[in-house]
Amino acid sequence: MTERTIREPTIREPIALEPAGGPSLGRRAVLAGGVGILVMALPLRALARPSLEQAVAGFTGGAPVNAGRVRLTVPPLVENGNAVGVTVEVESPMSEAAFVRRIGLFNEKNPQADVAIFRLGPRNGRARISTRIRLATSQTVLAVAELSDGTYWSSEANVIVTLAACIEDLS
Amino acid sequence: MTRSLVSVPPTARRGEIVDIRAMIAHPMETGYRMGPNGAEIPRHIITRLVCTYGGAEVFSAEFFPAVSANPFVAFSLIAAESGTVAFEWTDDEGQTETASAEIVVS
Repeated sequence: MTERTIREPTIREPIALEPAGGPSLGRRAVLAGGVGILVMALPLRALARPSLEQAVAGFTGGAPVNAGRVRLTVPPLVENGNAVGVTVEVESPMSEAAFVRRIGLFNEKNPQADVAIFRLGPRNGRARISTRIRLATSQTVLAVAELSDGTYWSSEANVIVTLAACIEDLS
Repeated sequence: MTRSLVSVPPTARRGEIVDIRAMIAHPMETGYRMGPNGAEIPRHIITRLVCTYGGAEVFSAEFFPAVSANPFVAFSLIAAESGTVAFEWTDDEGQTETASAEIVVS
């Protein structure tokens, strides 16, 4: 997602500048300018908020995350982003030998990438949790589960939000 | 003080998986909102929920501002023995709120 938004201006730039620049502004200069904009845009975006990938890396400690084993249930269309019901279920026997240790919930476009982290154990019997979360805009929600064998599994869901949460003003 | 609400079945068969639900009244102010005078409303959220069963920790949750106001959590437990299921919420000012329920296992 982030890659797409950053790359866009570099594609548009040459088309917009070529007629205005005339013969002195060559193709190379335009391309160099485009690259410059790209390089400048990266740190600004990084400062704004850790990306979804960074937040997940903070949760996993850099370990690879596989898709599957996790079922994330979120309504595909929500009217009010202030309370979105979320259920995460992980395929696990939840025995002493193999259980789900943690479940992390992350979002793509809220001001903060983390939503909640749950710690479970074999005494839960079933690896399923539900909660209610806020979503600032239409975006992807990601659930990552850490199993007792140290592997990470994930599932994601897209949600369309019609009334945003988190950043509205009181007035 | 009925600021929190917990749902634990009063009785269960041994080994049965029971559903537990817990909710607490709390604004969960994110810290990203502006008040009517343009001033930032400071963050005030519950950061942690710990659930113990018979004195041992069985479930815990760490919350960030993206959890809704009046945070609600549902999970399950294996009814192993009769005892107390206790909950403790902690907010970012260090204040705690507790709730508990008894479960009788036959």
